[in-house]
Amino acid sequence: MSTATATHDAHEDHGPAKGLMRWITTTNHKDIGTLYLIFALIMFMIGGAMAMVIRAELFQPGMQLVDPAFFNQMTTVHALVMIFGGVMPAFTGLANWLIPMMIGAPDMALPRMNNWSFWILPFAFTLLLSTLFMDGGGPAAGWTMYPPLVLQTGDAFPFMILSIHMMGISSIMGSINVIVTIMNMRAPGMTLMKMPLFVWTWLITAYLLIATMPVLAGAVTMLLTDKFFGTSFFSAAGGGDPVLYQHVFWFFGHPEVYILILPAFGIISQIIPTFARKPLFGYSSMVYATASIAFLSFIVWAHHMFTVGMPTAGELFFMYATMMIAVPTGVKVFNWVSTMWKGSMTFETPMLFAIAFVFLFTIGGFSGLMLAIAPADFQYHDTYFVVAHFHYVLVSGAVFSIMAAVYYWLPKWTGHMYDEKLGKLHFWLSAISMNVLFFPQHFLGLAGMPRRIPDYSVQFTGFNQISSIGGFVFGLSQVLFCYIVYKTIKGGQPASEKVWEGAQGLEWTLPSPPPYHSFVEAPAIK
Amino acid sequence: MAHAQTDYYVPHGSHWPIVGSIGLFTTAIGAATWMNGQAGPWLFYAGLAVIIFMMFGWFGTVIHESLSGMYNRQVDHSFRQGMMWFIFSEVMFFAAFFGVLFYARNFSVPWLLGMGSGLSTHEVLWPAYNQAWPTNGPADVGGDFEAMRAWGIPALNTLILLSSGVTVTLAHWALKSGERGKLILWLGATVALGATFLGFQAYEYIHAYHEMNLTLHTGIYGSTFFMLTGFHGLHVTIGTIMLLVILLRCLKGHFTPDEHFAFEAVAWYWHFVDVVWLGLFIFVYVL
Amino acid sequence: MKRSTAVKGVTTLASLLLAESASAEYRLNMTQGVTPISHDVYDLHMTILWVCVAIGIVVFGAMFYAVYKHRKSKGAVAANFHESTFAEFAWTIVPILILVSMAIPATKTLLAMDDLSDSDMTIKVTGIQWKWKYDYLDDGISFISSLAPEHNQARQRDSGIDVTKIENYLLEVDHPVVVPVGKKIRFLTTANDVIHSWWVPALGWKKDAIPGFINEMWARIDKPGVYRGQCAELCGKDHGFMPIVVVAKNESDYRDWVAMKKQEQADALASADRAWSKDELMKKGAQVYATSCAACHQANGQGLPGAFPALAGSALVKGPVEGHIDRVMNGKQGTAMAAFAGLLSDVEIAAVITYERNSFGNDTGDVVQPATIKAARK
Ligand code: HEA
Ligand code: HEA
Ligand code: HEC
Ligand code: CUA
Ligand SMILES: [Cu+2]
Repeated sequence: MSTATATHDAHEDHGPAKGLMRWITTTNHKDIGTLYLIFALIMFMIGGAMAMVIRAELFQPGMQLVDPAFFNQMTTVHALVMIFGGVMPAFTGLANWLIPMMIGAPDMALPRMNNWSFWILPFAFTLLLSTLFMDGGGPAAGWTMYPPLVLQTGDAFPFMILSIHMMGISSIMGSINVIVTIMNMRAPGMTLMKMPLFVWTWLITAYLLIATMPVLAGAVTMLLTDKFFGTSFFSAAGGGDPVLYQHVFWFFGHPEVYILILPAFGIISQIIPTFARKPLFGYSSMVYATASIAFLSFIVWAHHMFTVGMPTAGELFFMYATMMIAVPTGVKVFNWVSTMWKGSMTFETPMLFAIAFVFLFTIGGFSGLMLAIAPADFQYHDTYFVVAHFHYVLVSGAVFSIMAAVYYWLPKWTGHMYDEKLGKLHFWLSAISMNVLFFPQHFLGLAGMPRRIPDYSVQFTGFNQISSIGGFVFGLSQVLFCYIVYKTIKGGQPASEKVWEGAQGLEWTLPSPPPYHSFVEAPAIK
Repeated sequence: MAHAQTDYYVPHGSHWPIVGSIGLFTTAIGAATWMNGQAGPWLFYAGLAVIIFMMFGWFGTVIHESLSGMYNRQVDHSFRQGMMWFIFSEVMFFAAFFGVLFYARNFSVPWLLGMGSGLSTHEVLWPAYNQAWPTNGPADVGGDFEAMRAWGIPALNTLILLSSGVTVTLAHWALKSGERGKLILWLGATVALGATFLGFQAYEYIHAYHEMNLTLHTGIYGSTFFMLTGFHGLHVTIGTIMLLVILLRCLKGHFTPDEHFAFEAVAWYWHFVDVVWLGLFIFVYVL
Repeated sequence: MKRSTAVKGVTTLASLLLAESASAEYRLNMTQGVTPISHDVYDLHMTILWVCVAIGIVVFGAMFYAVYKHRKSKGAVAANFHESTFAEFAWTIVPILILVSMAIPATKTLLAMDDLSDSDMTIKVTGIQWKWKYDYLDDGISFISSLAPEHNQARQRDSGIDVTKIENYLLEVDHPVVVPVGKKIRFLTTANDVIHSWWVPALGWKKDAIPGFINEMWARIDKPGVYRGQCAELCGKDHGFMPIVVVAKNESDYRDWVAMKKQEQADALASADRAWSKDELMKKGAQVYATSCAACHQANGQGLPGAFPALAGSALVKGPVEGHIDRVMNGKQGTAMAAFAGLLSDVEIAAVITYERNSFGNDTGDVVQPATIKAARK
């Protein structure tokens, strides 16, 4: 790169550089968005393959396929890959593609840093995944990495910690970029309360990320020093406390789960009005609800720790605060239903996923609320009831929203319509098998099956087999998803500018696919 | 807020990020294999060297672009907000360690001593334990030690950092009113104060390790003490280096009274380091 | 108050329905348990479940009605309303009221759970990778409880045993914890190495066992029976294989059991004072090794590379006997190797060391006597 000749390049519509270097050095928000999305899809496949190992081993009682130690590595790495490699990068990819187009900006505010945010990730995950091949295997203490167990990890230990540091650096830089873009790059007239909800939810998510990722970094740094440098943070012998780690971790961890769902709320709030052909009901209450959820998410963390032996006052506080989250979340659900009410609905694939989201996420929310009831959580905690809860909010919540978003905006990105028949097939396969996969896990948990076990008592066989079969079907359906995306990128019916009859927003005023630099001239906002 | 954007500078492709990623990757592998005792520290240092190289290159490019006037107001705003949020993330990083200190002093140690809900813990597991804060825990981890006093070097260091906050502000005023001589004087003084602080802290650490038997191994007291002051010291080091770079750039005449974002960013950072120290002084040393 | 009776009515009806449909094979719902607390928890669970179901019916009913009626293919024309202060206010307040009505019974139950006063006896429960140690603080009984040997064999990957033929597969132990019915029993949970969690669903709660700290919980069991549970906090490789069996007996049977246990313990103590033959030690050692050591160092002494060292050919095992004794008795800080001095008796330690020094191709020929261990404890 020759900086000497660089002048104000922004508005010359030069195309991208050619070949591999284009992708490595790119500062273009669309290229980077694409990179994030492809990366997320690969990680989703890898994490999903690990889930298939889990489900295959759990198909029958008795140990058939893997050893217990390897099973725990699968559970741990499955979760880390899905959360940090799948859902979070997918949302960041969507943010990259969409936020500049939605607010009428030429690009992200800090394009070079944007590139770096992405390009840290492949290295971080190489580090993490390489641990599976090390002596003693990969990390196996669960994605929550509780000490003292995690300190028993073999050679993989520092690799895991440092890979998490790298993921943290990437997320922090990514979120700084999102905030600055939204606060500083809006086209004239695009006031905050005119922004599409996807932009709003991402803005709030980015705050959550900046506030919590450093805390996670601190937590894992203390693990590192406890193991290698003789500190006693998490050891009672030295005056510390293993539970202290859990407090720090969940101070990050609980906001993290809303990081995984707020952008999804944004996506759903874009899609439902489009296909209901009716404006979003209660726009401003949606914004306030999102902000309230974000605020509450900082004061509920210990609901993951009801059984660690907190003083009663603490348990009561965290129980009440957690229950409060149902209120703003409920406002969102009611607003979506009201948006559909008296609409003129059609049911293209994105809308199908959005409706499934509202239905299934809410079920996951209900089980969350049950978990929030501390005395009842004494029974639910660390059983498959919890596993069912969070897969309902993560798979039929976060992942379904991502799929809805891909179907919704793919025509815009590629300029081709996806195959609607296949899309619908994918939807029905996913939605049905997802329930076959996770609904029986509620029963397993209530009947007493703990989570994170590679083998179980014979009484749990039936539901585990149903769940595994659902899992395999769900997994295979995602292969279909990859095929649909691939086919749409390669070709298909040309998509119009607006793509969907009821679509609103600046991104639909650009051609499909949009030019390399979206808004060279600031668009006029009504 | 929003401006006409035809002038917003969107850089060409850049290879610095990938260099940075390779640097981070190398550093991480180097550190991990080193800690595991599988290899020496060389890969770690090599990685750091790549990162430093990247920073030179990347900042060099930015400085060049800035000097050739490619950045308009709006770009400047982006940088400012970016820096602010970066500092906020650092605040949260320290908050985690302060939180740990708070928890250890108000919960875990009292419980081990049998207070609150810790009665059985004390009676059944640690009946002989009776050492309130500062403590190295019921197992006397690291052996007898002496706690760090507040009113010696630490108090002096507080004065030093507070004055450095003043000098950097004086330098800023000088810069804004175009008084180059004063600018360089005050900025130089700030760097010197930063370096003095670090010198004292190094002395304090050596003293702690050699004479007070106060080390990272000294139970929860040693852990929180060195973790908090250590990460702070690291940030002072980084801040001092940044101030030094800014001083060099002042000498080269890079800044004008109106446009000197880099200066301000470093000044903010320095104030942040300052405030954190005040927290440390109160919660780690005095209380 | 009317509403809460209504809720109760629905709840009992529904629980009857559920209980009816639940066969032993496919249990669907939470156990009702055998303690007052567990009944409270069960009722609470059913209440919130049905409240959620009711809300779900309303919300999903509205949504699917709209999906069915307000579709373009049916000629629906979109309305244009997009806010209603009244509706939005209502659906903020109503959920808050529902939540408050849930919070009240929840708070009551929680306070009852945390009320540890007036207990009749205390059992200390210690989680150890991957077994439980029980200390009866009032009676001075203490023993270790691990997965029953038959189950342990069956669960190995290449065992070739059909696990469905094994009764209570993975939920059977060698030494169950025996308790009296009708007494308020205080449980103190703690751990030796990593965090475990002691969970017997029929008692209505689980409590984490945290190394270096003690958590307290209580139970008063209504009726004699065998109640099974498992460790409920990931604690490493064999987390899935550390079950709990509680046997509740009536007072007099319980007393008999205590007397028997005490006798056993006295016998074991006495046997440490005599000299043991090598054969005896090897036989005993093989047993101890299988229950206490094989989980990590493996039955063939080969360990698991990278995680647990091989004892076959180990320099420490073949070296001076003092080093070996020291490692077994005191463990190694910061690794999974626990200090077994507090977990095994003199005889057991002597036996397992003798066994290790003369198995897996380690032919040192050394014999370690219980007296040596007894001396080393000083
Ligand atoms: C996307 C991620 C996501 C989301 C959105 C949520 C949402 C919620 N979660 Fe969940 N949760 C996880 C991801 C998530 N969770 C994960 C990953 C874990 C396990 C971590 C681990 O241990 O590995 C977990 C675990 C977890 C626990 C700990 C369980 C245990 O380990 O014992 C608890 C306990 O309180 C909880 C509660 C809640 C609550 C109250 C909500 C609420 O936000 C839900 C609110 C929504 C609704 C209630 C539905 C809609 C509302 C209405 C229709 C209004 C009317 C309703 C009423 C008045 C009831 N969650
Ligand atoms: C966003 C997060 C996310 C997502 C998307 C998923 C998706 C899935 N998860 Fe997971 N999961 C977690 C987050 C997530 N999970 C977390 C946080 C935990 C807790 C971990 C812990 O305890 O520490 C967990 C734990 C967890 C468990 C409990 C393990 C245990 O306690 O021991 C199980 C068990 O069934 C499971 C299953 C699945 C399945 C079947 C899917 C499926 O949805 C995956 C489907 C995708 C694919 C299958 C990939 C696509 C297809 C192919 C690659 C082709 C090959 C396919 C076939 C051969 C069929 N997950
Ligand atoms: C929970 C796992 C675990 C159990 C159970 C366990 N060990 Fe170990 N053991 C270890 C680990 C890990 C090490 C390695 C410690 C180190 O890093 O030096 C070890 C090391 C040893 C060594 C030293 C080997 C060498 O070559 O350095 C001996 C001897 C030993 N154990 C004996 C025993 C005996 C006897 C028992 C049972 C009474 C037992 N172990 C039970 C995990 C275990
Ligand atoms: Cu012990 Cu899990
Ligand atoms: Cu949570």
